[in-house]
Amino acid sequence: MTTSTIPGPDVNDPIAKEFYAAAATGKFLVRKCTACTRAHWYPRAVCPFCFSDKTEWAEGSGKARIYSHSTMASKADPFTIAYVTLAEGPTMLTHIVDAGEVHIGMDVALTFRQADNGVAIPMFAPVK
Amino acid sequence: MSIKGQAYIVGAFEHPTRMAPEKSSPQLHAEVARGALADAGLSKDDIDGYFCAGDAAGLGPLSMIDYMNLKVRHADSTEFGGSSYLAHVSHAAQAIAAGKCNVALVTLAGRARSEGRSGTKPRVVGSPGPEAVWDSPFRPATINMYAMCARRHMHEFGTTSEQLAWIKVAASQHAQYNPNAMLPKVVTVDEVINSPFVSDPLHRLDCCVVSDGGGAVIVTRPEIARSLKRPLVKVLGAGEAIKGTGGGDIDLTYCGAKVSGPIAFAEAGVKPADIKYAGIYDSFTITVLMQLEDMGFCAKGEGGKFVADGNLISGVGKLPFNTDGGSLCSSHPSNRGGMTKIVEAVRQLRGEAHPAVQVKNCNLAAVNGIGGMLAARHGSATLILERE
Repeated sequence: MTTSTIPGPDVNDPIAKEFYAAAATGKFLVRKCTACTRAHWYPRAVCPFCFSDKTEWAEGSGKARIYSHSTMASKADPFTIAYVTLAEGPTMLTHIVDAGEVHIGMDVALTFRQADNGVAIPMFAPVK
Repeated sequence: MSIKGQAYIVGAFEHPTRMAPEKSSPQLHAEVARGALADAGLSKDDIDGYFCAGDAAGLGPLSMIDYMNLKVRHADSTEFGGSSYLAHVSHAAQAIAAGKCNVALVTLAGRARSEGRSGTKPRVVGSPGPEAVWDSPFRPATINMYAMCARRHMHEFGTTSEQLAWIKVAASQHAQYNPNAMLPKVVTVDEVINSPFVSDPLHRLDCCVVSDGGGAVIVTRPEIARSLKRPLVKVLGAGEAIKGTGGGDIDLTYCGAKVSGPIAFAEAGVKPADIKYAGIYDSFTITVLMQLEDMGFCAKGEGGKFVADGNLISGVGKLPFNTDGGSLCSSHPSNRGGMTKIVEAVRQLRGEAHPAVQVKNCNLAAVNGIGGMLAARHGSATLILERE
């Protein structure tokens, strides 16, 4: 598969800075609320479920399952966008990489890819 | 306070252009405003309320009101993407009922085609939202996000590409009678499913066109509507909803119409089975399918069977839709299809649609818009309109 150029995100949001700083060291963080105990995506300072401000980072397992996916039919750049449901609960937008056939329900695992500005981006590959 | 019967659509106009590199977007806004005023039999100085969305350049109403030199006492720039204009009609009816204005103008215009803005490229409107830093590395172009809804719908309910193709086939059957349609050629199910994938499972012919153009409507109070020499199209009910990503609690099997539809039907006091004509936002075939289910025209998961075999074709099926060819075949000005859905519904209710597609005794129409990303954050707005 052709290697895509990943547009680097503009990381100004304070929560995003912490997430991507950890990602640079190979850690995948998931934001959890200590009041209602639920994890959410995308990470926020205020819990989107119970609206508590008692949220904190936990290291994610990196295990997920494909919820839906679509591959752009471009010969030069056929990337596969997907929603994957993390073992921690929430479903996140990502890419599926290093894959042949892809299907809903497929088990995938975290792998980081570097964006064009050097930021480490969480993507997922099929579990061998 | 209900808006039922508080306001009428007295002017409706779609710009005939589909490619206008020689004109600015503000010029197109002014031209569609002129068209809607002429249609209503009103003049610029009658306008005292103005509504526009993100397609309006600069500071929205401030820039556009100044450009057209309007004198208004009420303005609203609610931005729900392509569904904005349906919400604007509802908000105009609310403002009229509250005495804030008498004659409201709603405009949409843009040049997506001549500016090369299509659904295969990531789109940025305004300043980046809080989701941008999380989503943008994955290049959520419009089509791949809608494609994920189609994939999940197929997985959950067994919906097929052939069933989705029927939606394009129906639109093309209508577009052949619209001299302004970008794609006036009738297509078959086979042609749709054999057109190349853009982002699987959506093919090229599952997509709407990219066009320049625009449209406008004029909403006014009952006394003024009755003084004009146009058929009366009453706003009977309206609903709106925003569906997001739920903090990661994502379910792609339904859209915001599941909320906005029932609100509008309840206000109007009618049921989906009463509807003679449907204007359904058609950015992609899957967009139509999900709205039809969520508005209650068929059960959840039954949309594929509902649209098959020409059920959306005027004179053939039970629910004629988008008889101008819709955005799938006619136009999608500024990549926003909500306005043209209202305009064609008004034509149908007045009996002014093309004779080949005019629905007989068309006295009740439902119109729905979806703006933004079906698979992420989107607005849904529903209108129920009645010929009085």
